[in-house]
Formats: sequence, C-alpha cells, structure tokens
Amino acid sequence: MLSLVGIAIVAAGFAARLNPLLVAVAAAFGTGLAAGMGVLEIVAAFGRLFNTNRYICLVYLFLPLIGLLERLGIQVQAQRLIGGLKAATVGRTYLVFFVLRQVLAALGAKDLSGHAQMVRPVLAPMGEAVAEETLGRPLAPAERTLVRAHAAAAENIALFFSEDIFVAIGSVILIKGYLAANGIEVSPLDVSVWAIPTALVAVVIHGARLLLLDRRLKAAKGVVAS
Amino acid sequence: MIGISVAYDLAGLMFAAIAWRSARDAGNPRRLGAGLFWALLALSFLAGDYLGDLANGILVLALAVLGGFGLMGRGTEACAPREAREEQARRWGYWLFPILFLPPVIALAGTIWGPALTWNGRPLVDPKQGTLIWLALGIVAALAATVLYTRQRLGTPLRDARRLVELVGWAAILPQVLAALGGIFALAKVGDAVAALVGQYLTLDHRFPLVCAYTGGMALLTILMGNAFAAFPVMTSGIALPLLVGRFGGDPAVISAIGMLSGFCGTLMTPMAANFNIVPAALLELPDRNAVIRAQVPTALLVLVANTLLIQILGFPK
Repeated sequence: MLSLVGIAIVAAGFAARLNPLLVAVAAAFGTGLAAGMGVLEIVAAFGRLFNTNRYICLVYLFLPLIGLLERLGIQVQAQRLIGGLKAATVGRTYLVFFVLRQVLAALGAKDLSGHAQMVRPVLAPMGEAVAEETLGRPLAPAERTLVRAHAAAAENIALFFSEDIFVAIGSVILIKGYLAANGIEVSPLDVSVWAIPTALVAVVIHGARLLLLDRRLKAAKGVVAS
Repeated sequence: MIGISVAYDLAGLMFAAIAWRSARDAGNPRRLGAGLFWALLALSFLAGDYLGDLANGILVLALAVLGGFGLMGRGTEACAPREAREEQARRWGYWLFPILFLPPVIALAGTIWGPALTWNGRPLVDPKQGTLIWLALGIVAALAATVLYTRQRLGTPLRDARRLVELVGWAAILPQVLAALGGIFALAKVGDAVAALVGQYLTLDHRFPLVCAYTGGMALLTILMGNAFAAFPVMTSGIALPLLVGRFGGDPAVISAIGMLSGFCGTLMTPMAANFNIVPAALLELPDRNAVIRAQVPTALLVLVANTLLIQILGFPK
C-alpha cells in the first residue's frame, strides 16, 4: 500500500504545476524507497529504464527533415493548398484529416502522421490560415492557441480511437496475451473488431465538436482582435 | 545486421551537433547549461549501452536537474523569415509533400517486405525493431535527397533541428523519463497495491455500477500513471475478469477491448502522457502547456461515457 506514495507525488506535483521532470524523479525515489529499495539501487534502476526506453525519443530524428522542409516553405505551401478551397473551414479541415487518419491507422498505416511530421508543418498552419480567412483578420493570441491545440487534439483522438482496429497493434497484442495468461483464448480479430464501435462514436462526437468550433470562430468574426 | 543501435547512433550524433551549437549560442545567457543538457543526451544515445546502470541513472538525474531548475535558458536560433519561405515555396511547391511522406512510406514498406532482405543468410535489418529502423533510414534518405536537390549546406538541417528541439527544451526527455517512472512503478508492484485497494473497497453487486467502475477506473488510473497499458492489467484483473466476466458472464474480448479504449480516454486528459500532450504543445509554441489537453477533455469524457454504455450493451450477449 505504501508504494502508492509515488502516484500521490505525481498527482500532487502536477496539481501544484511543479516541473514534471523533478516530479517524476521524486516519484521514482518515493516509490522505490517505499518498496524497500536502496538509493543507489533506485538510481541504477532509473538509469537502466531510461536507457531501454530511448526509442521514445527517436521521433526527434524527424526534426532536421521537418525543419528543413519548413525553411523550404512547406507551411506556406500547405496554407496555399487549403486557401484554394473556398468551402474550407477550420472544423471541416480538421474533420477531413480526422477521418483520413482514422481510416489509414485502422489499416495499419499509423506512422503516416504525427505531431512533428504532420501537425506542426502542415495541419496547424492550414487551420490558422483558414481561421484567418473566416475571421477576415489576423488571429488573437488565444484564438491562435485554440486553433493550434485543436490540430494536435485531432491527431491524438483520431489515432487513439482507430489504431486498435488494426490487428497487429501493440494494445491488441497486449490484450490477447493478457487474456491468454488468464486462461482465456481469443484471436486478435476478436479483440480488434470491438474497437470499431468506439471509433464510430469518436468521429461523431469529435466531428460535432469541430463543427461547433467553426460556429465559435464565426461568432468572433465581428469582434476586433485585441 | 542493421540493429536499432544505428538509429540511436544517428540520434546521438544529431544531439551532439545540437549541443555544440547551443553551447555557442551567444544569445542564450545559460548556453553552457543547454549545451551540457544536449551533450548528456547525446552521450546517452551514443554510449548508453556501455555506461552501466548507475552511470545512466546519474546521467538522468543530471538531465533532470538541468531541465528542472531552468538551467538551460532558451536558444535563439531563428526561423527563416516569412518572405524567404514564401519564395522557397514558390520554387519547390508541391514537391515538399511527397518528401514528408517518404520516411513513413519507407517504414511501412520496410516492415512488410524488409524481412525478405538477407545478407549472408541473416536478415539485413533486425526484424524485431523493423519499423523504427526503417523509419530512421527513411528519414536519412529523404534528408539526403532534399539537401542534394535543393543545394543546402549540410549544417542547415541541423540548425533547423536545434531550432525545433529547443522549442521543446527539457520537455523533450519527459516522455522517456515518465516511461522510466512507469518501470519503477512496475518494479515496486504499484499495480498490485491498486488492485488490492480496488478489491477491498469495491463491494458493488449490480452490473452497471461495476461496468462504470471498470471504465472509470481505467481512465482514472491511466491519468495517474500516464499509460493505459499499465492500467489495463490492474483494472482488468481487479474488476473485469472476476466480476464482469466471472459473475455476470460477460464477453472478455468485448470488455477488454473497450476497457483499453476507456484507458485511452484517460491518456487524452493527462500531462503524464507527455509525448501526446505536452511535447506537441511545445512544438506548436503554445503559451499554455496544457492547451492540448484542454481541447481534448470534452471529447475524452463523452467517449468514456459512450464506452461505458457500449460495454453494458455489447459486453453481455447472453
């Protein structure tokens, strides 16, 4: 029971908006000490686990390419592309992306998009350009934040509620393995097919929210940016 | 055989170049702290497998101190001006998009057909890490093609990488640090303690409250631990298997599949899932690091309610 102290440290640290790196280190020490590990033992375990999780940071290998493409004008080109579509709104643009993202991820092509390689260079600039077109003026800082944050949200939500439809994805394999370890045999398809209802619900719910975002932006049209 | 270490070496060299440039950034009053941070990260990627656990641990603590106490300052590498980028865009136009898709397409093709490539009877690329390795190779290929075709200096993409990575700053290592914390939780059997707690206090006799406890518990535990994969075995062995499946005859495949997706609702609402929520906010230069979470919370809560109803309706076919 004492080992739950780490979770308490995380919750308190985030609530107090302390630096998350320091919160994580404190939680690791709290948890390890509560579980009877020595200080050096905790440091070594943390180091080993940091090292084995390096693959997470490999996403930054994209940055030289993305940065160079930005220098070559990919954001400008994305805005030019969407600027040619008169029917485009922020919500519709993100919704089209959302559906494409869901369909491709469900087919196993989940790496085609991502925050570094798609949201920053293409999707968010498109959203901003369309929003400025809608409003007929430059975006206020809070509006810019809202439009950009919704680009990242569309990426996350579409991915989370579609990748499990593909049978060879990590979580489906985890579920199958966990159930097998508990004496229940299911095929990956048995699991992945039940991700479909939630995927459909997600596109309806988030699609409705995106169209509401359009209405919210339109309502701000007459307001002069401060 | 090309293993994952090739990708780590590439990342290490990139971070070393970033460290060199940030350490000499005259506009940053704390340039030495920044240089040290990226140099230590470079060391981790280049030599992490040879340092030993304790040295790796000290390295992480040093990174956390540099990042956590604001000793890195802020880099001053500027983006090319808008007019210059507009001119470049006129020149290269839509060719920029296929380049963007080249790495993931190479990764996909490599994952599917890569195992057929062999060298002296052994696979050319380690099939266990195929996707990541092919992605790294794809990025190198796309980068080389772009640099050659557009006649950029070799250092230019590295300058741009520094510009972007310094936007993220210390948060760049947060996902990896939180994954390590998840490992410590697992070592200390935090999941067992939660499961004991759930079993002790959960004395519900009706099906629907139990379904709510399972989906809500998945989301809540994921919020706290940052990872639905860590929450899944805890909540499933605590509630789903003994009660929903064992007592009420539910379908384990339906309940676990939708239970996992309830955990994903939690992922959308927590700063602990830094790679999805915090790093993107930094990459998009948002003033509030929780802005992405804020945009996601209403959808996450509504989908969580829907998941609860879906289990209640679909999970008990008999």
